[in-house]
Amino acid sequence: MSTVENTNDTNTMIRVRDLHKTFGKHIQAVAGVDLDVRSGEVVVIVGPSGSGKSTVLRCLNLLETPTHGTVEIDGVDVTAKGCDIDAIRAEVGMVFQQFNLFPHLTVMDNIVLAQRKVRHRNKTEATAEAMRQLTRVGIPEKADAYPKQLSGGQQQRVAIARALAMGPKVMLFDEPTSALDPEMVSEVLDVMLELAKAGMTMVVVTHEMGFARRAADRVVFIDEGKFVEIGSPDEMFDRPQHERTKAFFDKILHH
Amino acid sequence: MSSVNYDPHAGAVLPTGNESGATRHRDDTEPWYETFPWWAVLMGIIFAVLVGLVVFDAGYNQAYDRIIPGLWLTVKATLASFAIACSAGLLLALMRTSGSVVMRNLSRTYVEFIRGIPMLVLIFTITLVVVPEVSNSLGMQNRISPFWRAVIALSLIYAGYIAEIFRAGIESVDRGQVEAGRSLGLSRRDTTRSIVLPQALRAVVPPLGNDFIAVLKDTSLLSTVGVLEITQNARQYSAGSFKFRDAYLATTLIYLSLTILLSLLLAFLERRLSAGRTAVRS
Repeated sequence: MSTVENTNDTNTMIRVRDLHKTFGKHIQAVAGVDLDVRSGEVVVIVGPSGSGKSTVLRCLNLLETPTHGTVEIDGVDVTAKGCDIDAIRAEVGMVFQQFNLFPHLTVMDNIVLAQRKVRHRNKTEATAEAMRQLTRVGIPEKADAYPKQLSGGQQQRVAIARALAMGPKVMLFDEPTSALDPEMVSEVLDVMLELAKAGMTMVVVTHEMGFARRAADRVVFIDEGKFVEIGSPDEMFDRPQHERTKAFFDKILHH
Repeated sequence: MSSVNYDPHAGAVLPTGNESGATRHRDDTEPWYETFPWWAVLMGIIFAVLVGLVVFDAGYNQAYDRIIPGLWLTVKATLASFAIACSAGLLLALMRTSGSVVMRNLSRTYVEFIRGIPMLVLIFTITLVVVPEVSNSLGMQNRISPFWRAVIALSLIYAGYIAEIFRAGIESVDRGQVEAGRSLGLSRRDTTRSIVLPQALRAVVPPLGNDFIAVLKDTSLLSTVGVLEITQNARQYSAGSFKFRDAYLATTLIYLSLTILLSLLLAFLERRLSAGRTAVRS
């Protein structure tokens, strides 16, 4: 498979080998996945619901513990025993479908909290960085608001700012626009496009094919816990090789 | 409202979405006496009668004067027991929700043990057996007063109950909150302290308030182990004078005053908290 060829590339940011994740005894969510993501690359994972795409993503920062296989982030094997996973997670930003902002904290405190506790920045530094990221996602005026006072799109942008404030090497997006009202999808995708252009390494699980076409270096189609096909957006959308890939894109692109 | 359903089988029909489902449908045509808080009026009447008796009747007045000195011990026992029980209960809840199998099971064992035994039996056992034997083995014979033994008993009992409240509060915090915290690199401990607990504590204020009132009422059980609180004063007064009616109606008034006052405070606090959560700040 094309993913395994750049093993000796020092620019590899994420390296996944033979990843398996089984829930309980019989539910095999991920059944042997290999993936290399180069530094600065944007990889979009698509697939039908229940195909294991979110589980793959969640295995990358060990929100799910892989049943088998290895995950390396920037050369560090996070699946190895004794790995300081908190230190790795600080380098891997994650954006969730449900935003998961901390409702008892203001937007500013949401972004400041981990900077202070994990990065040990002082209050002035953390606040300045938070304002920088809020400006980047376009809502610096919401710094003192509480999450519930914001629209879904604004909340998700705060969530992105919160992750970016840690200065991550990689950003993971788990269906970041799936819980949004349609009119708010674009404001979040715009922020993600900017981020991709700025050279951030990104792994994105999404149903937004427009985003995949514009931002992705590679698109991965996953089904039943296995990568069926990997290629450039043009290859995948216009000339899919596998029947299952074809059927999937037929369903979501033309209706 | 337009969603009133005249279907005779309405009870079996699924809610249509704009009605609250489980609660009874309240509409504007309902006469005022259906929803008027008659219970509060009745409580007010009962309370007024008791106050009247104590103020104007010499017998009740005497009983009251004889019993009221126990108020301070009742309040002190309540505050001390509740404070200790909350701290221990929080600790038990944190153990119960921790990653350690040992901690989880120790906590569970404690709670199951406490909950499985009548409170009065526990009070006797702890004040008359556990505390003396433990203090003996620590070389401090009989140095713990009956009052503090009683407080220890009530604290240990309520720690078990309050642990369950805190556990429910902690578990009510969405799993995504923990994932968000951990994905930012926060340790398990920091996630619990800065993200889970602040949200859990807000959720447990109402049940915790209920348990505060329950502790207050259960301090009356301490009369059985020689603490001169309100109930014990009433027992002594009535045993000496045979004025059971005066003694226990005066006692009833004192407890009712305390619990009503606390309920009102609690309602106020809950309103403040829920208002704070939805207040628009910008």
